[in-house]
Amino acid sequence: MTRLEVKRSMLASIVPGLASLGKKGLAGWLVVIGTLIVVSIVFMTLIAPWITPYDPSTRGINVGRPLTPPNPQFPFGTNDLGQDMLSRTIAGGSVMLQVAVLSVIICIIIGVPLGLFSSYVGGMLDRTTCLVMDSVYAFPGLILAIAIAATLGRGVVNMALSIAVVYVPSYFRVIRSQVLSIKETPYVEAAKSIGAKNRTILFKYILPNVVPSIVVVATVNFADAILTAAGLTFIGLGVEVDIPDWGWDLANGRRLLPSGVWWVITFPGIFIILLALGFTLVGEGLSELLNPKLAER
Amino acid sequence: MTLRSYVVSRILLTIPMIFILLTIVFIIVRVLPGDPVLLHFEKMENPRAMEEMRQKLGLDKPIWIQYFDYLFNLLRGDLGKSMQDYSPVASQILSAFPATLELAIFSMIIAVSIGIILGVESSKSYNKPKDHIVRIFGIVTYAIPVFFLGMIFQIVFGVGLRWLPVGGRIYPTMEPSGLRIPLSQPPGGFATHLLLSCVAGLVAVMMCVVALKIRGQKTTRKTLGLLVSLFLTVWILWALAGWRFITLGELRISTGLYTVDSLLEGNPYKFVEALRYLCLPSLTLGLVISGVFIRLTRSNMLETLRLDFVTAAKARGLKEITVTYGYAFRNAFLPILTMMGLQFATLLAGAVLTETTFSWPGLGRYIVDRINFRDYTAIQGAVVFYGILVSLVSLVVDLLYAYFDPRIRL
Repeated sequence: MTRLEVKRSMLASIVPGLASLGKKGLAGWLVVIGTLIVVSIVFMTLIAPWITPYDPSTRGINVGRPLTPPNPQFPFGTNDLGQDMLSRTIAGGSVMLQVAVLSVIICIIIGVPLGLFSSYVGGMLDRTTCLVMDSVYAFPGLILAIAIAATLGRGVVNMALSIAVVYVPSYFRVIRSQVLSIKETPYVEAAKSIGAKNRTILFKYILPNVVPSIVVVATVNFADAILTAAGLTFIGLGVEVDIPDWGWDLANGRRLLPSGVWWVITFPGIFIILLALGFTLVGEGLSELLNPKLAER
Repeated sequence: MTLRSYVVSRILLTIPMIFILLTIVFIIVRVLPGDPVLLHFEKMENPRAMEEMRQKLGLDKPIWIQYFDYLFNLLRGDLGKSMQDYSPVASQILSAFPATLELAIFSMIIAVSIGIILGVESSKSYNKPKDHIVRIFGIVTYAIPVFFLGMIFQIVFGVGLRWLPVGGRIYPTMEPSGLRIPLSQPPGGFATHLLLSCVAGLVAVMMCVVALKIRGQKTTRKTLGLLVSLFLTVWILWALAGWRFITLGELRISTGLYTVDSLLEGNPYKFVEALRYLCLPSLTLGLVISGVFIRLTRSNMLETLRLDFVTAAKARGLKEITVTYGYAFRNAFLPILTMMGLQFATLLAGAVLTETTFSWPGLGRYIVDRINFRDYTAIQGAVVFYGILVSLVSLVVDLLYAYFDPRIRL
């Protein structure tokens, strides 16, 4: 066994699957890098209470003087409330991650069964659902989310709900088109001919074949959800003031820009990009691995 | 199917879509919150004012009568009255919309240009480092929140370098409702102005050269193009020399698009100024949208470059740029047209955030302002307007596609 092989087998034993992904060219690497980014950000957010140098939501002079530029004591500076930006950046992902996870779960719970049943049953039900879904899909997503969030009010669950409504059609469309083609395959015909129940066919024969696409849509959708959540927070439909949140820091930092305060927005912004980028990379890589022809897209 | 029957069926399909959309918006804004008037007043206990508002806005009727009122009023182009000041929402929206339209047009131009240039380049060097860099650039543009990019531009080009303005649509004294103060000096000083007009001239020349190259014209035509660009340069320089004689006061509004209005007024100076204010917002929005176009151009070019007629054109010894743009790219353009229509919705959504970032007084800013006032009738009107707009644009794009590509009609 050469040294390289040993290294590979060690890697494979630590993170099963990731090492073999590296062999599959650019797409594999995209997945590996994306996963690493996402996992490290999630990890950072989880252990935030123990590693933040200051309390990210405490205001005032007892932390630091307002609008201190980055210095050894406050590496990322402080904002206009005197809060430490390093601490806020470390802890600021939690709201966004919660919203994203929740909205993706809601989307899967609504979108997948809807797509399965609608396309399997067909007929008027399918046509009506399609029309409704297409209308929502064609609509500028963020604007619909804004309208819903404005009526529901602030809060993590409300944000997740308004984002979920916007993205359910993406799940629905993918599932539907997949089911339509799987429905015609010989093994489904065979199952029908031996008298399998509709429920059995749907969940045992069709659903497992749709799962990979659900995974791809969900990963790509994570990035969308995070960006939409950031957008909602930016226009003032996010969480309360003192909860550390990257989106809130960006909205707050916008007012401070004209006086040359660059440090309040820069670091939270970079972390939003990293998080969205991580999910996008995983989504890109996965869809390319599952469908190699996509490498040309 | 003939073109006519396709057009008719496509239009007929748009009607139920718009209807469903209207219903969804009504449910979200009017049914979901229970009583929008209560939400508007939040915790203030003022039953009399609330009752008055309900009566004035017709919100005291049963919900299904409100629904039909809403639909029939829409047919007459009435989007209801604002909760804030009881003025018609439709006219407020129409006065804010041109700003958004202008931003959208320029962003789209930037996005498509970046997309085509980078997409073609990366397809020509498929699977080489250049290709990978362009692909990663595309992915990164997708992951950047548009308002963050906007703020970075503001801080670099606006606050730091002081090259470009960071907010508003035009120099304050030229703003149509601004104060009528005569200018003694062009905004930004004379030197900036000189530099700008030179840049504008250079851009004009470059545009001509690029246009000639794309069309693969011979030198005789090139001289013609240079003459045209020379004319443009002279024209802008003239504007510069004549800044004293041209009124620098308020812009006369006829279309609401400041770039068009300034040209209609025959005032290149205001035109340049309007462009300067457009620069950062449209670049921000354009860059963020460009990723989709890069990807689309790349995949279509990869397909087309493999075809025989491209090889044949190369074999005939045509210049590479003629082959790529004049032959191959022509065949890849139709999907880009469709994508422009599809991306229009994304563009409008991005515009809400861009407008908020750059204090751009468009529809997006309007909707955000109204959210702060809890003005639910205005929010509803604006969202409905967006919905109808997007449906109509996608209808037009589909019809254009059918016109250009006869296969769709079959």
